[in-house]
Amino acid sequence: MSGFYTLFYKEWLRFWKVSVQTVLAPVLTALLYLLVFGHALRGRIDVFPGVDYTTFLIPGLAMMSVLQNAFANASSSLMQSKMTGNIVFVLLPPLSHREFFLAYLLAAMARGVVVGAGVLLAAMWFADLPVAHPLWVLMFGVAGCAVMAALGIVAGIYSDKIDQLAAFTNFIILPLTFLSGVFYSIRSLPPFWQGASHLNPVFYMIDGFRYGFFGVADTSPWLSLAIVAASFIALSLLTLGLLKSGYKLRH
Amino acid sequence: MTYAIEVIDVTKRYGNLRALAGVSLTVAPGEFFGLLGPNGAGKTTLISILAGLTRASSGAARIMGHDVTGAYREARRALGVVPQELVFDPFFTVREALTIQSGYFGLRDNRAWIDEVIENLDLGDKADVNMRALSGGMKRRVLVAQALVHKPPVIVLDEPTAGVDVELRQALWRFIRRLNRDGHTIVLTTHYLEEAEALCGRVAMLKQGRIVALDRTENLLRLHSGCYVELRLGGDLPRQLESLVAERREDGAIRLALPDYAEVEGVMAALREAGVHVQEMEIMQPDLEEVFVQIMQKS
Repeated sequence: MSGFYTLFYKEWLRFWKVSVQTVLAPVLTALLYLLVFGHALRGRIDVFPGVDYTTFLIPGLAMMSVLQNAFANASSSLMQSKMTGNIVFVLLPPLSHREFFLAYLLAAMARGVVVGAGVLLAAMWFADLPVAHPLWVLMFGVAGCAVMAALGIVAGIYSDKIDQLAAFTNFIILPLTFLSGVFYSIRSLPPFWQGASHLNPVFYMIDGFRYGFFGVADTSPWLSLAIVAASFIALSLLTLGLLKSGYKLRH
Repeated sequence: MTYAIEVIDVTKRYGNLRALAGVSLTVAPGEFFGLLGPNGAGKTTLISILAGLTRASSGAARIMGHDVTGAYREARRALGVVPQELVFDPFFTVREALTIQSGYFGLRDNRAWIDEVIENLDLGDKADVNMRALSGGMKRRVLVAQALVHKPPVIVLDEPTAGVDVELRQALWRFIRRLNRDGHTIVLTTHYLEEAEALCGRVAMLKQGRIVALDRTENLLRLHSGCYVELRLGGDLPRQLESLVAERREDGAIRLALPDYAEVEGVMAALREAGVHVQEMEIMQPDLEEVFVQIMQKS
């Protein structure tokens, strides 16, 4: 086994061994959102023409779960390892900062994809979900995971305590995902909030993902892809830089 | 000659705090080396720099000739570190933890050696038990095992026997001694100086980030104070011996510190001359603990 593969496998085992909490629980949460919001808001919110609200909601909820779990996996794993001190087990071996980055990134993406697939599979009981462009679905699913996994690594490196990470989650990740058009099409918003939504990178992840299912979106999927890709590259460079310098890890 | 460990003028600052103020030392392959000093002397900082867990502010460190930052892969492959803190990963069993640790070093089929380490550290019964369920002593053994999974030529143990029972301590030293006989270089930090005296061929003493003594253990023992004579007398100590008194115990015993063994003769003569009857007498070698205390007070 190579060092990189072992670290990836260890990170995979870490969430898979507690999958009731790390996979099943977020799938259930997403389904509760679907039931409650689908019932309460049906017919009250304008979405895409010819698309039922519950159906509209499914890709957004799936993507929201994907993003939150990719973030949570990388950030909580790193922060816990730092807090308990067992981070030394991965700092002592001859792993490069790139291997370190890739292993945490891919494991977090894996959890995001597994949770997303779970939400989609379970949601199929509730609505007939069309898949207009499966490749776009896959591409945005994976790219969204990658962005949030990289952001999760940054948050995990930065946070020394649980409350710091909680602040990251509650004041950055949660607002960004909730205000990204998961529950509505941003076309229904007043012009100011439409403009503001366009500044939120998560909006493009949700919108592009939804385009893959319905073939319609609030903005061009190519623009969305470009923004998501640019976010990933920027965050990756930042994360690699932090890891290489040893910031808060090899101090 | 390639040193097992080479530290060249290493300094480390944390803001205003100077943890290491220019430390240089070398450890030859196959040595059993002790790194001693009071809390906060910089022992753990120095070990962290060797392990790549901390970066030196200036200076260089090499493991088996490999620079710990420039050639970190080779350096880390050559080094096994038993950390001072009792850390563990609660998600895994003992065997899983060891297999994973071995994988980090790129080792594929390492089962035979992992089994051997498990057996030698008496972890056989606990191999498939989750780390969370182990006692402190058992967790300590797993930490030692984790440091050895990649058969490193250089092994650093940072206070491995702190809070460990006698049985484990003895088992641990038997195993470490065997590794040393097999050619592994051992570096040890401990506050139990009798352990260091019994095990280490050479010792460095650190104080406030500086080396204040670095020599073979027997030289350090010889260099500082010849011997002690503990006396219980039938009368008063002759006045000319007063300057030699190191300690007067409450039970009446007097301890004299002699710079040389030959002085014992003079003490006896003075007592005879004064007509003082000797009830009990014991000549004692200074131990490393006394040498340590002397050096720390002087520097």
